[in-house]
Amino acid sequence: MSESDDWPLWEVFLRGRRGLAHQHVGSLHAPDPELALQNARDLYTRRGEGISIWVVRSTEVHASDPDDQGPLFDPPADKAYRHPTFYRVPEDLQL
Amino acid sequence: MPPTYSDESRELAFQEAIDSDRTVEPRDWMPERYRSTMIRQIAQHAHSEIIGMQPEGNWITRAPSLRRKAILLAKVQDEAGHGLYLYAAAETLGVERRELTDLLLAGRQKYSSIFNYPTLTWADVGAIGWLVDGAAITNQLALTKTSYGPYARAMVRICREESFHQRQGFELLAELSRGTEAQHEMAQDAVNRWWWPALMMFGPPDAESPNTAQSMAWKIKRVSNDDLRQRFVDMTVPQARALGLDLPDPELGWNETRGHYDFGPIDWEEFREVVGGHGPCNLQRISVRRAADEEGAWVREAARAWEGRQQGRMSAA
Ligand SMILES: [Fe+2]
Ligand SMILES: [Fe+2]
Repeated sequence: MSESDDWPLWEVFLRGRRGLAHQHVGSLHAPDPELALQNARDLYTRRGEGISIWVVRSTEVHASDPDDQGPLFDPPADKAYRHPTFYRVPEDLQL
Repeated sequence: MPPTYSDESRELAFQEAIDSDRTVEPRDWMPERYRSTMIRQIAQHAHSEIIGMQPEGNWITRAPSLRRKAILLAKVQDEAGHGLYLYAAAETLGVERRELTDLLLAGRQKYSSIFNYPTLTWADVGAIGWLVDGAAITNQLALTKTSYGPYARAMVRICREESFHQRQGFELLAELSRGTEAQHEMAQDAVNRWWWPALMMFGPPDAESPNTAQSMAWKIKRVSNDDLRQRFVDMTVPQARALGLDLPDPELGWNETRGHYDFGPIDWEEFREVVGGHGPCNLQRISVRRAADEEGAWVREAARAWEGRQQGRMSAA
């Protein structure tokens, strides 16, 4: 217990294969970006889960407030006209 | 001004969300007791993965073939990974990993009592994979549906990795069981020693498990200790038969009316002894962990110093 502070936390994103977007897979501790990438390789890709890794300092991630979920995400609910199923078109025309 | 909610009404809303199977996410409001229960459970689970590396790690340098050595290394490395996934899940609840590992080293947080038993022979590596990982998988599969999102997602990842752990143990024991007489005996002896501690891994009987009701209501726990234990027994008995090894319980037998295997009474006195710190290896496990922590300190410090210098260089440039 020689140190009071642990290495900082990083969020890890993996691209599974070419053509896919990077996806959040978890987090880890590392002192710097280089070691964060190395640790991410050891921790999250032991079975070929990825071909590309992003690491981002956790403190750099800003998140929306779960209590704002309603005001933030409800408005589209009454905008059904944004969905193709809103429109009545002849069925046989492959629209 | 946003409306303010009393804790009581928030707790009611929280329970309603749980009842409708909504997962709890890190930034959601949650009762303090839910948070502290979750932190303690995830931390103990993480500690178990980390301490759990020791009994098997003990055999890495003595594995009988390169194939077995590579397998065992990969398995033990996975367990380190499991520990890290779980510490990260706990950290989403507002604690730091270092606080948790300090609590472990100070003996103020527990890990699974199973890892306080010694690995006396090579067959123990097989028995651990087959029985201990088998029991862990049974438990962890149920936890993939636990209410706390980050914990549930860690379980999914872990379960995907676990299945080879159990299989390599089964295969190892099968080889020994079909080997020479001495090898067969060694396999049987290992199973004799690990069977009952493996059954204890599911925790005390439901009737004596005071926290179960609340954990079930919060869906932290989805299946009770006794039900999980029964699941494990039902799954394992046919596997033992296939291995040609006996499970050390004369009362073990199929119960037609229950549709389950009956099994004999578990020695809960032994369980309490081991949990209470008086198992065969409790002191060793913690002192090995403490030594690893102390001996690794300079590496962590050096890495931090290096990073500090890089930062200085960047701001100077
Ligand atoms: Fe594990
Ligand atoms: Fe495992």
